[in-house]
Amino acid sequence: MSNEPLVLGIETSCDETGVGIVRGHTLLADAVATSVDQHARFGGVVPEVASRAHLEAMVPTVQRALDDAGVTLDDVDAIAVTAGPGLAGALLVGVAAAKAYALAAGKPIYGVNHLSAHIAVDTLENGPIPAPALGLLVSGGHSSLLLVEDLAGRVVQLGATIDDAAGEAYDKVARLLGMPFPGGPPIDRAARDGDAGAITFPRGLTAHRDMEKHRYDFSFSGLKTAVARWVEARQRAGETVPVNDVAASFQEAVCDVLTRKAVAAAKDHGIDTILLGGGVAANTRLRSMAVERCEKAGIRVRVPRPGLCTDNGAMVAALGSHLVAANVEPSDLGIPADSALPVELVSMVRHEARAL
Amino acid sequence: MHVLAVDTSTPATAAAVLDVSDTAVTVVSEHRVVDARAHGESLSPLIAKALAEAGIAPGDLAAIVAGVGPGPFTGLRVGLVTAAAMGHALVVPTYGVCSLDALGAGTNGRVLAATDARRREVYWAVYDNGERVEGPSVDKPADLSLDGVDTAIGDGALLYAEVLGVEVGEEPRYPVLRALVEVAADRVRASAVGELLTPLYLRRPDATPPPGVVVT
Repeated sequence: MSNEPLVLGIETSCDETGVGIVRGHTLLADAVATSVDQHARFGGVVPEVASRAHLEAMVPTVQRALDDAGVTLDDVDAIAVTAGPGLAGALLVGVAAAKAYALAAGKPIYGVNHLSAHIAVDTLENGPIPAPALGLLVSGGHSSLLLVEDLAGRVVQLGATIDDAAGEAYDKVARLLGMPFPGGPPIDRAARDGDAGAITFPRGLTAHRDMEKHRYDFSFSGLKTAVARWVEARQRAGETVPVNDVAASFQEAVCDVLTRKAVAAAKDHGIDTILLGGGVAANTRLRSMAVERCEKAGIRVRVPRPGLCTDNGAMVAALGSHLVAANVEPSDLGIPADSALPVELVSMVRHEARAL
Repeated sequence: MHVLAVDTSTPATAAAVLDVSDTAVTVVSEHRVVDARAHGESLSPLIAKALAEAGIAPGDLAAIVAGVGPGPFTGLRVGLVTAAAMGHALVVPTYGVCSLDALGAGTNGRVLAATDARRREVYWAVYDNGERVEGPSVDKPADLSLDGVDTAIGDGALLYAEVLGVEVGEEPRYPVLRALVEVAADRVRASAVGELLTPLYLRRPDATPPPGVVVT
């Protein structure tokens, strides 16, 4: 037990300052400070506001995680940090802090990929991930289907959103319906009292032709617009907008496309495990529909508890711990924060110019 | 006692190890990279280099002094979070010093210290025989009242030399780490309680709430 790597993970790619500590696959601490309240009045995350909050929260959140885990920095075997993708200025605060802790404490550092970290967090609850597995990652910034051949280094993106992320569509529809930011939780709540079949909203990129060219890609921009047009038409006609039905029907369209394409991808690649991750994976309808459809298709679905689906440091520590155990080379102190870090780079060894 | 100093308030990323004795502040090793987009990549390697060259381990540091700006936000935060995290890890105090003081402190006469604030503005302060008497502030170069100012220094002054209409010195262009530590030297010598490193942003985030946003 004690020879399993003890890793401290730092996450600052968006509006959550997360610091997690894991030993092997065991979660010891998951401290998160969020600036979400400061973004609410802007209807979305303001990068500069998020970056300022990360700077203020960094040291206290690290200390809280160490206290919760009952360990010291000296005990830690490695520091892991989200190097990208994410908001450039926000990422930079975490990366700079991680380097400073690594340098001061004389520990190796792993600059890791945010998307792979969302996959890795599931090891804390459900143990090692079978290979290959399919990852469905859905959040305010990402909607991706990942083929995970080896969590320590071989992750391939099968498809992704070509416009808005699913979580972004939730935020925009919530605003339209007079709900607060972030839009996921209020839409999820309203949908429970609505009829998901009341309105048939479009399912982006699911038509026959689209399925040839964009088989594993998503599009939520058209759906968002369709909801807006539908709501505006009711308002113009002086009718009451059935908010719960709109929320439920919108949510049904999002979850339908996400799960349908994930199951298709798994079948196409002969994969028997789907991992759900990202903030939208906390959505109750997405979870239930994924379980339902995967069961029918004979596919196992693994979903971390909602608190580990949203951004946190534990997921970064979980991936770091996996990389240490797999003897992956650590990063050097010169690595950048890369807002567009490709999915294929699970961890960054050194600062290399890459073709954009 | 050995002190680490960092400043990232200008295109220069600078790190140095200095010796603070009862009577003097001496640079032991100093490294600098000038690249406005590389603070994040540069700073930690520069610190490692400065420590190695000084022949000391991080644990030998007695304190950390950081330039708290004003300066472009993204780079500035790299220096401050680095200093804060190292101070936290090493359990040594951190002291913040206005980065313009690292240009103006120790000068003679009435001197304007100005650095590039982008958007055609400068971060500036005025020093009278080394003591800050105005600023720090951020303004358009043409709006500064330079009554009695003999000379100007800093990359902001060089950039807008024609507008300022006073004699502009070629050097120093960027904050001088020895000067930065001079300002904090008494606190270092007294092992004073450290402080939270709070950036001098001087500007609010650019963001306006869109219409129709619901706040609960």
